Amino acid sequence: MTTIEDPAAPIQIPVRDEATIARGERLRLLVRSPGFILGAILVGFWVVCALFGAMIAPQDPQADDILNKLVAPSGDHLFGTDRLGRDVFSRVLVGAREILITAPLATLLGTVIGTAIGLVTGYYRGLVDDITMRIVDAMLAVPVIIIAFLAIVARGASRLTIILVIGFVFSMIIAKTVRAAVLSERELDYVQAARLRNERSPYIMFAEILPNVMGPVVVEFTVRLGYAIFTIATLAFLGFGADPSIPDWGRDIEQHYAFINGGIWWAVLFPSLAIATLIVGINLIADAIAQTFER
Amino acid sequence: MSAEPAIQMEDLEVVYRVRGVDRPVLRGLSITIAKGESYGLVGESGCGKTTAAFTIMRYLPRNGRVVSGSIRADGADLLTMSEAEVRRLRASTISMVYQNPGAALNPAIRVGDQIAEVFRLRGHDRSESLDRAQEMLRKVQISDPAGGMRRYPHQLSGGGQQRVVIAMALASDPTLLILDEPTTGLDATVESEVLDLVAALREEFGTSVLFISHNLAVIRKMCERVGVLYAGRLVEEGEAETVFTEPRHPYTVGLLRCIPRGGLRKDRDRLDTIPGYLPQLGADLTGCVFADRCGLVQEICRTDEPPLHPLGNGHSSRCHFHDKAAEVPYTASSIPEPGTAPANGDGLVRLEHASKTFSHEGSTVRALVDVDLSIAAGETLGLVGESGCGKTTLARVLLGLTAPDDGSTVELDGRRLAARVVKRDREQVRALQTVFQNPDSALNRRFSVRRIIGRALEKLVGLHGKRREERLKEIASSVRFDERLLSARPVQLSGGLKQRVAIGRAFAGEPRVVVCDEPTSALDVSVQAAILNLLADLQAKEGVTYLFISHDLGVVRYLADRIAVLYLGRLMEVGPAEAVFNPPHHPYTEALLSAVPTLEGEERPRIRLQGEIPSAADPPSGCVFHTRCPRYLGAICEEQEPPLAEVERGHYIRCHIPVDELRRIQAEPPPPRTSARRVEDDELTHGLTGS
Repeated sequence: MTTIEDPAAPIQIPVRDEATIARGERLRLLVRSPGFILGAILVGFWVVCALFGAMIAPQDPQADDILNKLVAPSGDHLFGTDRLGRDVFSRVLVGAREILITAPLATLLGTVIGTAIGLVTGYYRGLVDDITMRIVDAMLAVPVIIIAFLAIVARGASRLTIILVIGFVFSMIIAKTVRAAVLSERELDYVQAARLRNERSPYIMFAEILPNVMGPVVVEFTVRLGYAIFTIATLAFLGFGADPSIPDWGRDIEQHYAFINGGIWWAVLFPSLAIATLIVGINLIADAIAQTFER
Repeated sequence: MSAEPAIQMEDLEVVYRVRGVDRPVLRGLSITIAKGESYGLVGESGCGKTTAAFTIMRYLPRNGRVVSGSIRADGADLLTMSEAEVRRLRASTISMVYQNPGAALNPAIRVGDQIAEVFRLRGHDRSESLDRAQEMLRKVQISDPAGGMRRYPHQLSGGGQQRVVIAMALASDPTLLILDEPTTGLDATVESEVLDLVAALREEFGTSVLFISHNLAVIRKMCERVGVLYAGRLVEEGEAETVFTEPRHPYTVGLLRCIPRGGLRKDRDRLDTIPGYLPQLGADLTGCVFADRCGLVQEICRTDEPPLHPLGNGHSSRCHFHDKAAEVPYTASSIPEPGTAPANGDGLVRLEHASKTFSHEGSTVRALVDVDLSIAAGETLGLVGESGCGKTTLARVLLGLTAPDDGSTVELDGRRLAARVVKRDREQVRALQTVFQNPDSALNRRFSVRRIIGRALEKLVGLHGKRREERLKEIASSVRFDERLLSARPVQLSGGLKQRVAIGRAFAGEPRVVVCDEPTSALDVSVQAAILNLLADLQAKEGVTYLFISHDLGVVRYLADRIAVLYLGRLMEVGPAEAVFNPPHHPYTEALLSAVPTLEGEERPRIRLQGEIPSAADPPSGCVFHTRCPRYLGAICEEQEPPLAEVERGHYIRCHIPVDELRRIQAEPPPPRTSARRVEDDELTHGLTGS
């Protein structure tokens, strides 16, 4: 092909990079939204605790003190002590670590698998899609907790089991969201153009379509993270937590809720508040992200 | 005309606040529309046409603001009115019809009730409102108004929906009717009916009309006076006849020159283009708004804003050199020499007995019925027909994106092609490429231009690394795309540049056949001219073959060597472009041609097609066109499908009427069809199937 000269050819050099500005603007709007700031403060606090909890904690969270069992909050013990005389404040700080390891890993696993399933079913449609989606519907009809029970009974309670089972269930939900996004994306002409180059389907799905559905994927990840924390705490409360030697909010609540009747509220209230603030923080961030993507 | 105008805008300044900065969109706009007058506002997208309409309706978006100026309607100042008064005004004095009728109607409410609501607002009781609504439906020529009352919007075709919207707009008996691109999404035949309807109703109701369109021919046909808007400023105004025959502003001159009008041909004439781009929204413009793109620009144009020079008889031009406007130098260079591969008679691509049947929930739709077509190397075959006639299906079958029915043959170079693109070998895949209609959809918005074209080079030609980059730059320069923009993403590019990228991608593998599916319908006329020139140049240089699909007959006539006319998936006529455009031709072609308004404003006998396209799921018996045919013969048309007969060398027509008879009768307009009953039935079925 040779160059054709045409002085009339209108060429425009964009004065400014509008797309970069738009992206930067979106990020700035996100960072400035009050919901995001509050959420980031809450989550940031617990992340710091998860990373450095053992250093910050004023006392050894595992140290028994038989003489000071179930002591009310005081100067020595800000949040009081539990039934073995352990410092509740220290246990709450250190307890962030376990849940902030398992929940993100489980959600990440679910997001990766779910996105892959959503891409494949949404792209191919047809029989694969029908069968997979019916299985997904069936799985979603059973409460997460019951599936988790079954898995834990079968495999034994461990961190890995919890991550796998939550990741598995979440992948179903995320697959549905991603599939919906892919269904509208695959109708666009750039997908036809790729087919006209005889691109392989995996390239079309993962290189062409995936970058265009990342918005819903990110939103779904943050929303699911909140649910994962809730589910893991519930499992621990029901006695299906991982390693009993590690401080855990859910199990601490389970072991002390019977004492509430006796007026001993602190051993239950503070771990509950910890769970609540973390979930609220994540949900605030999720809402802020979802709103910026809707713009 | 009474002394009091229907609407009077004076020195209207409107800004949009974007990222904290006020950006002007209307700059001192003054328009006066007399009672009963029809005023056309033209200009390319982004020049402020719709903003002007929204300002009149007080519908400006939240970030829009009127800085100064006034709008007076019926003696009241519109801009200082309270919200309640504005609502009353919208209910009684000013109505607006939007571009997309589907979005203007409530899908959950029956058409009759929606129109009746307007009468209820005006204080009529329920049964009277319904009676009046039915009367309105009759006036907008919906066949079977009583049945139409009970339909939901989705049960009507696009043209039918637009009629209902017009009925609603006129139900309040407004002084001023604003029509914002009312026919842009409609087929030419439907468009001409809607335009006729608007003209007739205007006469009947005595309504003033503000008609907004980018289509100059439509404005010419519909309006008595026109205003040409550029970057929010009125650059020329006057009687339609005068402005279109003796334009006195370089922008108007440029706009008129870039339209491929009847008679222009790619091998003889080049379309003129307007260099440069519309200034960015809210750019700081001292001097003439058009200075940057004007061929006559002088120092004074950049410093002094020209006044609106009166030229007599209501004609005025905002140009310092209005007396020289007609002498704007042509921008287009000479026609490129014909390429190395001239058209010859051999079929490069052949479709034989190509059919495609879609089945959906038990009913089958024959989108393509036994089409035989061949395209010679180096030629352009134009494919025309109304929407839903199978144009795109034919293109997809050729490209291998849709597998045709068994028994269909697609050949390239006499070798049979596999039905699906995945089964075709690399050379065959390379040979057939396409330019899609909408570049926003056709380009992956997450990829850079370099990646979009580069990937095609890797996959189709097998180029990598440095050689890929070199070739990439060659391609960019051949589609006149600045290589500094190669790392940009589509969102950063204008519509015309995006389409250049799409063309560059299609040509990356040095294809032999390029399918162009309405490649310019999403673009402004000046950009369209540049793209059409580019396509013509590339063909001259590369000897590539085009299958060019378009609903714009002017564009097809400019580019195509041969033309094929499809109706309900059947080939009705095929032949050399000039033969198809001139009698004798198929009655359907005749009707299509007469439906298009022309810039010259010549009054040809209009041939009305009755009713709408029948549903492809239930096509009429015999000749599928008999339900709408203006040259309907009689029973034979309903009973037997006519063969595609060769009437002249290379010119085929599917019609029972002998060619000599066609030639004779097409010299004069057809008599009105007597049996209208069948047409209504067809329209009813069509409406109820909702397709």
